[in-house]
Amino acid sequence: MANKEYDDIPGTFVFDAERSREGYHLNQFCISLRLQKNRDAFNANEDAYLNSYPMTPAQRGAVIKRDWNLLLELGGNIYYTAKLAANDGINFQNLAGRMTGMGVDAYRDMMLRGGRPIEGNRTNSEWEKD
Amino acid sequence: MARITAGVGCSHVPAIGVAMDTSNTNDAYWKPVFEGFNKSREWMKKQNPDVIFLVYNDHCTAFDASCIPTFALGCAAEFQPADEGWGPRPVPVVKNHQKMASHIAQSLILDEFDLTIMNEMEVDHGLTVPLSIMYGDVGPNEEWPALVIPLCVNVVQYPPPTGNRCYNLGKAVRRAIESYEEDLNVVIFGTGGMSHQLQYKRAGLINSEWDTKFLNLMTEDPVAASKITHLEYLRETGSEGIEMVMWHVMRGALDAEVTEVHRHYHVPASNTAVGHIILENKSKDSL
Repeated sequence: MANKEYDDIPGTFVFDAERSREGYHLNQFCISLRLQKNRDAFNANEDAYLNSYPMTPAQRGAVIKRDWNLLLELGGNIYYTAKLAANDGINFQNLAGRMTGMGVDAYRDMMLRGGRPIEGNRTNSEWEKD
Repeated sequence: MARITAGVGCSHVPAIGVAMDTSNTNDAYWKPVFEGFNKSREWMKKQNPDVIFLVYNDHCTAFDASCIPTFALGCAAEFQPADEGWGPRPVPVVKNHQKMASHIAQSLILDEFDLTIMNEMEVDHGLTVPLSIMYGDVGPNEEWPALVIPLCVNVVQYPPPTGNRCYNLGKAVRRAIESYEEDLNVVIFGTGGMSHQLQYKRAGLINSEWDTKFLNLMTEDPVAASKITHLEYLRETGSEGIEMVMWHVMRGALDAEVTEVHRHYHVPASNTAVGHIILENKSKDSL
């Protein structure tokens, strides 16, 4: 993968064409859960439902395990994976709490204190220092 | 002649819609968010636009990964609020000024903006939350006080259109609207932002200082604002902060000189910095 100028931003995926291509079937599965009839079918039998989306075994495993960060690493996009989370009763804020590894309560507290500051969070080198 | 009298910039955080739909706007968390909209709602009542030209982004609702238009103009007679995974919002169907929308489509395409035309489309929180912010509670059996022409901008798959492209599109939108014969008061909305990152390990990023600078530029130096690079949005305002490119369409459609009549900024609403500004055209009185 060629280096891109935005690869230097820590803890962030930029959903570009390369990621979109890699995550296509995973994202199309996730977005199908926007509709109630599909949520019902998925919740009745996850394995059978997933058979109609030709994603990779790793992507499928990440769906089954609800490994939210791995889903993004494998080409998922947050607006899509959020539909799987919503199906599980997890809203955007609680999903973010899980992805950051802070947990839901600590994340909510951080947001109430003004969010994650930009200082120290601009470049990979700032994260590597820690 | 139709004319653009004012522009509204505002976030479209879905949780703002949820708070209104579940009557939680008075609790300690939401109160400071909604207090800043009181003046906006009074202004909106007085302004009483006939048509809102509403720039927003679809969140994989009308457009999933199979089709990603950079700019798509809603030309259907009406738009149903979509089920985004937790049931449709209890708000009215959104009605278009269909004749004007097709005039705008034709004008923009001949002005060399190659739009996608949507003759069927559901709309998500990106469109309905700004209407709720500006109009307050309007039930599903009532009507929105204005007709709405939606313009969707892709900001989900990188790259979105540049700020400069959006700014120039705004200018073309103004030419389109002002060449429409009916005497209509049009307000343009640019929505999304402000700083926020919804995903991965840097989620929760907020950059209030940057957001304030952006709001200042909206009023004072829109050309400088339109030159902000994608990399700067991504790094300084979070991966989803790049939605702010849509504000430039709104700003491009206004006069170079505007009057800022209201501003509101609050952190947090869910994961997001809520930003809001109302700008009136200085030329509005002379029209």
